[in-house]
Amino acid sequence: MQTVIDNFGLLMRGLAITLQLSALIIVFGTAIGLLGGIGLLYGPAPLRFVLRAYVDIIRGTPLLVVIFLIFYGLPALNVEISGFGAAVVAFSLFAGAHVSEIIRGAVASVPKGQSDAAKALGLTFWPRTTWVVLPQALPVMLPPWVNTAVEMVKGSSLVVLVSVNDLMFATVKVAERTGDPMPLYIAAAAIYVVVNLTISRFGAWLERRSSFGVPV
Amino acid sequence: MYDLNWNVILNNWPSFVDGLLLGLKLAVFGLAFGSIIGLVLAFARTSGIRPLSMAATFYVEVIRNVPLLLLLFVLYFGLPIFALRTFPPGTARRLILDGDQSAIVALSVYAGAYLSEVFRAGILAVGRRYLDAGRSLGLNRWGIARYVTLPIMFRTVLPSLSNTFISLFKDTSLAAAIAVPELTFAARELSTNTFRVIEAWTTAGALYITACFLIAGVLRFFERRIRWSV
Repeated sequence: MQTVIDNFGLLMRGLAITLQLSALIIVFGTAIGLLGGIGLLYGPAPLRFVLRAYVDIIRGTPLLVVIFLIFYGLPALNVEISGFGAAVVAFSLFAGAHVSEIIRGAVASVPKGQSDAAKALGLTFWPRTTWVVLPQALPVMLPPWVNTAVEMVKGSSLVVLVSVNDLMFATVKVAERTGDPMPLYIAAAAIYVVVNLTISRFGAWLERRSSFGVPV
Repeated sequence: MYDLNWNVILNNWPSFVDGLLLGLKLAVFGLAFGSIIGLVLAFARTSGIRPLSMAATFYVEVIRNVPLLLLLFVLYFGLPIFALRTFPPGTARRLILDGDQSAIVALSVYAGAYLSEVFRAGILAVGRRYLDAGRSLGLNRWGIARYVTLPIMFRTVLPSLSNTFISLFKDTSLAAAIAVPELTFAARELSTNTFRVIEAWTTAGALYITACFLIAGVLRFFERRIRWSV
């Protein structure tokens, strides 16, 4: 217990990196996913084919392999990238594929009459998608999207294997130095649980708000 | 410029295949033990006995929100030191797990938490009339669980079970972090020994994708055969 208190500052600095990384991943992943999901549904056939390949390839590969491929692979191609940068790229690609599939499913679940009605009102593709279809897809996509966010916070622990000093890294290093790993692991687990439960709570709140006034 | 040289991969092909098979083995064990844990938890959560269902919920919430890598480290690095400090050496030695065992236990514990949700949904989806029918046949609580709920639930949750197996198989890649020689470990070793980075990682990725699609295909086939109407 004393080891945890003594090194709490280090753990918190690690947590800051973990949160920073997770936030970046979720933002980039959602951006890729939005475009990917809409592309999968409405894109021209070649684009759909490329996106389908991207989504299926990434979803069939472990996150760790994607990280190592980017982290070791890019420098081999003479692209210099830090561990943190590689992690952001790899995780965003990974999250993007998963979110694409979530958004595709959610958008497909909006009744066709809604976009027909928008068409009848004279809305073109982007306004129709942004103002009519997506807001109604929101309550459907929120629960799996929040799940993905939690998965990404947990997944961000993998960056310890490419030496990014996140929460996991801080935990492992302090454990190695003090030779007393158990209390530190338990502390780290508790921190992860608190962060993820907060995200889930926030997600549940968003869900309640977003489903207001949407015909089911 | 980086020139591709696939000979390195061909020369080390056995280590990739062995790694893939080891990963599958870990995932199979993880799913088997995880299903048992998940079933116990699911019945505990639907039992209506408060302390039991609260304990099960606590387990699920904690495990689902903790990284799998942390679980692996707890079992592989944490447990031995903890055991040696708290128990006499004889007992402690029995608690120490090797890499494969740590991976299997971690995967089972992890899968158990996820599967308990799946099973719980499956149990709740069993129609009232089947339970009533079981009761009118004179079955007790245990009999209803064993002969009515379980078989019906099994058919509803089959697709989720296959999905869990596939994600478990992908999660076996983390075992590389505790030096279990599975596919990711093989790729990492090859890439550090020979610097054939791109070849090693694309091969590993391709093998994972192929394996996942094959497994998915086989499981879907069996699902169709087993899933007769309820």
